[in-house]
Amino acid sequence: MADSTPEIDRETYWRTLMRRTLILLVVWFITGFVLSIFLAETLNAINFGGIPFGFWMAQQGSIFVFVSLVLIYAIATGQLDKQAGVEEDGDATSAPGAAH
Amino acid sequence: MSILGWTTFWVIATFSLYIGIAIWSRVTSTKGFYVAGQGVPTVANGMAVGADWMSAASFISMAGLVSFMGFDGSVYLMGWTGGYVLLAILLAPFLRKFGEYTVPDFVGKRYYSNYARVIAAIAAIFVSFTYVAGQMRGVGVVFSRFLGELVEPLAAGLGVEVITIGVIIGMAIVATYAVLGGMKGITYTQVAQYCVLIVAYTIPAVAIGYSMTGSPIPQVAMGEVLPALDGLQQELGLDMYSGPFANLSMLNVFAITFVLMVGTAGLPHVIVRFYTVKTVKSARWSALWAIVFIAILYTVAPAVAMFSRYEILQSFSDLGAMGMLESPRTSWVQTWAATGLIETGQWSEGMSANALLSTIDRDIIVLATPEIANLSPWVVGLVAAGGLAAALSTASGLMLVISSSLAHDVYGEIINPDASEQKRLKVGRGIIFVAIIGAGLLGIYPLGFVAEVVAFAFGLAAASFFPVLVLGIFWKRCNKEGAIAGIVTGLSFTFIMIILMRAHVALAEFGITEPVFDSFLGINAQGIGLIGMILNFIVTYLVTMSTPPPPQEVQDLVEQIRYPRTLTKDELSEAASS
Repeated sequence: MADSTPEIDRETYWRTLMRRTLILLVVWFITGFVLSIFLAETLNAINFGGIPFGFWMAQQGSIFVFVSLVLIYAIATGQLDKQAGVEEDGDATSAPGAAH
Repeated sequence: MSILGWTTFWVIATFSLYIGIAIWSRVTSTKGFYVAGQGVPTVANGMAVGADWMSAASFISMAGLVSFMGFDGSVYLMGWTGGYVLLAILLAPFLRKFGEYTVPDFVGKRYYSNYARVIAAIAAIFVSFTYVAGQMRGVGVVFSRFLGELVEPLAAGLGVEVITIGVIIGMAIVATYAVLGGMKGITYTQVAQYCVLIVAYTIPAVAIGYSMTGSPIPQVAMGEVLPALDGLQQELGLDMYSGPFANLSMLNVFAITFVLMVGTAGLPHVIVRFYTVKTVKSARWSALWAIVFIAILYTVAPAVAMFSRYEILQSFSDLGAMGMLESPRTSWVQTWAATGLIETGQWSEGMSANALLSTIDRDIIVLATPEIANLSPWVVGLVAAGGLAAALSTASGLMLVISSSLAHDVYGEIINPDASEQKRLKVGRGIIFVAIIGAGLLGIYPLGFVAEVVAFAFGLAAASFFPVLVLGIFWKRCNKEGAIAGIVTGLSFTFIMIILMRAHVALAEFGITEPVFDSFLGINAQGIGLIGMILNFIVTYLVTMSTPPPPQEVQDLVEQIRYPRTLTKDELSEAASS
């Protein structure tokens, strides 16, 4: 696996992953709760293509953001795996129980 | 062809497809039976998660709920999609790295205790069984409305109700592919079921949106319908459809949305689907495909909700209640009144729009929408087949969780750990068969109390599984004493609160008609899992900190699941010493 020295060590990998996870959770909270619920009444004053913005966020916009968050996570973490040299070998199936 | 003819055609066509897949995907090993040999392709798994997840509640009931609740219906739309963000970034990849077969497997090994494993297995069975009852009701509703005429003579001959025949046919189909193919059979049937249900759901929405606004994309069309709907609501003296907190307080909208999200991430039948893919990387990507496939239905649902509400209110405004009873334009009123799901007996001249809406059962909105919009019979029949696909796919995923909790966790790991592969497979098949019969009986003889609990399965999952799973991955120090105390506290608090607030619904016939209290700190029974979850986190933390840390091998296991590739012994001891 380790044919080249990884750019970052495993400790940095985990710290970076945790920081990014936290950022994604903050965005998740702001989108799903702050914009779509707490501020919904206020944001409804804004007209978004015929729909009050607070209502649109709660029934459409938040879902699009959720999809984007999962997409960003999958791409960014894949790259981080490579930098730290912790990705799986090719398509090898890790056997059940291999973790312990 | 008539609606009955088309429905029969679609149901027979889709059921034959499921049986064909069952025969093709037979398995011979426990790994195949429980996790489909861990060889399910990423996109296929995403579709299977979608079908597994989107139940009779999502397909049949949700748009109806949103239609009646307006803005406040967003709790379901956000709650049942936002949970996938938590699942994708906090659980799925790490649990896949752990491997193994079930959620109790993880709890048992991470908390080095068979006691914890059994508690988790019981919680998994409890959550799954309450959930499955709702699916069977969905099958019954579809059969009695769409295939009633066809099945009636048979039902009369046997002296049973139409719903009974519907449930038995549904159970026979699930039994065939679940017993033969286990997780593999269930997975590939779910892929087919996803395709059926998403096509069935979107075709009517596209057709109606196009005829109302000229835009074939329902998510766009709703932008044009909403101002008209809000205008109509005002004209009829109703609150604005887009105005928040007409039915629920802001605090309850927050608590319920949060509980549904966290509960989604804690549901065993969804989590276990991520055990079936090849790698950690594909677990991350199949979480993405899952939320994409789910979002397609969930962004169309509010459009369906709006279209049908608009059509109903417009007819009411044009014709009045008595006119709707007679006019050919609203013939759906009569067909659904015949099933008892619209109480037209209460309709009168000059009744208010609110009174009219309150006589319509929310569950019929999706199934009736193609008729309300006068679409062709083949679309109406397809929607019925889609509703069956949604109910059966979720039921089969739940059946597998029940079977694996008993056959793998309780029998295979605790009662008879030396059992041979052949023996385990036989026990797994036997238990899934018994579980299907149990679920069928729940569908035929629904218990009022069970139906009431279904809505709260999320609160229970949020207050029990979620904290233990997340802390098990992200907090090495978390130990068995803390986790067990946390689950017991969260689960019992939530369960008792729900009983205190809701038991009167099931116990009305015994003279108990008032809840002990309505809400706790302003949060109702659906949202109370939020408090249960917070208590779970606090108790787990306090108990863990006052008891010894977990053994080194458990800390190594946690280190191991955090990275996609297998760490070497040297790397583990290096991590342990730092």
